Amino acid sequence: MTVPAAPGHPLTDAEVRRIRNDFPILGSNVGGQPLVYLDSGATSQNPISVMEAEQEYYEQRNAAVHRGAHTLAVDATEAFEAARSTIAALIGASTDELVWTSNATEALNLVAYSLSNASAGRGGEAARRFALGPGDTIVVTEMEHHANLVPWQELAARTGADLRFIPLDDDGALRLEEAASVIDSSTKVVAFTHVSNVLGIINPVAHIVALARAVGALTVLDACQSVPHLPVDVSQLGIDFMAFSGHKMLGPTGIGALYGRAELLADMPPVLTGGSMITTVTMENAGYLPPPARFEAGTQRISQAIGLAAAVNYLTETGMERIEAWEAELGVRLVQGLESLDGVTVLGPGAGTPRIGLAAFDVDGVHAHDVGQFLDSRGIAVRVGHHCAQPLHRRLGLTASTRASTYLYNTTDEVDAFLDAVSGVRTFFGAT
Amino acid sequence: MQSDVEQLYQQIILDHARRRVGFGLASSGSGASGSVGESHQLNPVCGDEITLRVVLQDGAVSGVGWEGAGCAISMASASVLAELVAEEDRDRVIELVDKFRELMRSRGAETAEDPALGDASAFSGVSRYPARVKCAMLAWVALEEAVLAANR
Repeated sequence: MTVPAAPGHPLTDAEVRRIRNDFPILGSNVGGQPLVYLDSGATSQNPISVMEAEQEYYEQRNAAVHRGAHTLAVDATEAFEAARSTIAALIGASTDELVWTSNATEALNLVAYSLSNASAGRGGEAARRFALGPGDTIVVTEMEHHANLVPWQELAARTGADLRFIPLDDDGALRLEEAASVIDSSTKVVAFTHVSNVLGIINPVAHIVALARAVGALTVLDACQSVPHLPVDVSQLGIDFMAFSGHKMLGPTGIGALYGRAELLADMPPVLTGGSMITTVTMENAGYLPPPARFEAGTQRISQAIGLAAAVNYLTETGMERIEAWEAELGVRLVQGLESLDGVTVLGPGAGTPRIGLAAFDVDGVHAHDVGQFLDSRGIAVRVGHHCAQPLHRRLGLTASTRASTYLYNTTDEVDAFLDAVSGVRTFFGAT
Repeated sequence: MQSDVEQLYQQIILDHARRRVGFGLASSGSGASGSVGESHQLNPVCGDEITLRVVLQDGAVSGVGWEGAGCAISMASASVLAELVAEEDRDRVIELVDKFRELMRSRGAETAEDPALGDASAFSGVSRYPARVKCAMLAWVALEEAVLAANR
């Protein structure tokens, strides 16, 4: 599947129809209605090439990696490491800067626990610069997914550091003017999301990185909703750590990655320990391998890594710039369509703010669960609830919302079918 | 012929979701004499929550009131419950909770309507949606706990 077009040119309807043929599940019916899948923000669907890559691995190469000298073990190791190179290349990282994890949650916890271990004195002299204690601060934002909030709460509780946050304005945008005072000389870590999983807006990474760098704080970026949807280059962003999940970018579940700047990973203590991450082990002590192996104890997620590489190949062959442009169109169509409906309010800044093809909204007088159930009866899959962002919802005066999220395989017709269905919600529930 | 979604959201349910019988903890009349029991239940999946207060006098419900926020199913369920258990005696209330729980676990199996459940029978369609059973059960679990607490 190659698409010869200008890099920033959105996909065409014809291309999207061809893309859809690569995703068997998109042709299925739900309750007798054609599936309209608008929940890729939670988990995306897999193209045939991803499923085939995993199957081929199990049929032809299955073996433990980085151990054993037999042919299968060598084949498996090569495929596994080639997958690492593929994912590293996607984000502009070196291969040894990419650590496999189960998902972004594990990647974020890996950073937090490694800093925690450094704070407890592990990692020796070299790791001392990662230690936190009373008087230090960790900064997050009020829009974080729980995965980029709770691990930092725990790190603060373990080390005695304080957790602060950059607040949101009434529209849900970061109050950047306050960020400059929240991030100060006591700040050791600034963890924030690239793209909000609820609002869909793209945060000004460069601005926050500049504030963090000015005080020598480490930066941790939650890229779960950016890496799948737009071109992301770690050196361009200038961040220290970045986490993302495979299943949100056409890949299998159970695989994700942590990017860490090489010179930082090199000095960080491990988190999970055991096989495959050691040099010499005695009954008393163990030496550890350099990264990324230091952070990959135990048998790895081999078929999933290979599946994710197939997913990344699918994305790059389509073109990340073109996917970004297509989704921007779908996003504007979603937001403008929802805002034109009576009693429907889109969360966050409206059309005009840079966003991916995702929008969460509130229907006056109808609970999100009921909205989702009604849409499901039309074959439309959306996410309902707090989307793992309770503080953000609380800030906006809500407990739950409904979220529609698109991907490269969604059509404008699907967005229109969704908008048509939403327009019938308040009448059905007697909320008008 | 009703669509699936209409079978789920019976008119009785939509009406109760708006009427909210027993809304407000004061509806329990807990200022009067009797033993008071209260329970707070939260569904962490969707954030729905309910606080339910029951007053028992001589072994029977003399008042029931509730507060909470949630979907039409959870709100209607609390409303139906408040109407149904008023003035019932304690053992009868526990029996109704068990009957309702059984209905929710039926996974849509065609069962004869139980007259004891009254309007609560309208929730039979919910049992076919495992993700929504918790919504319907929220108030009933609160009721069960509140009655046990009042009894202590």
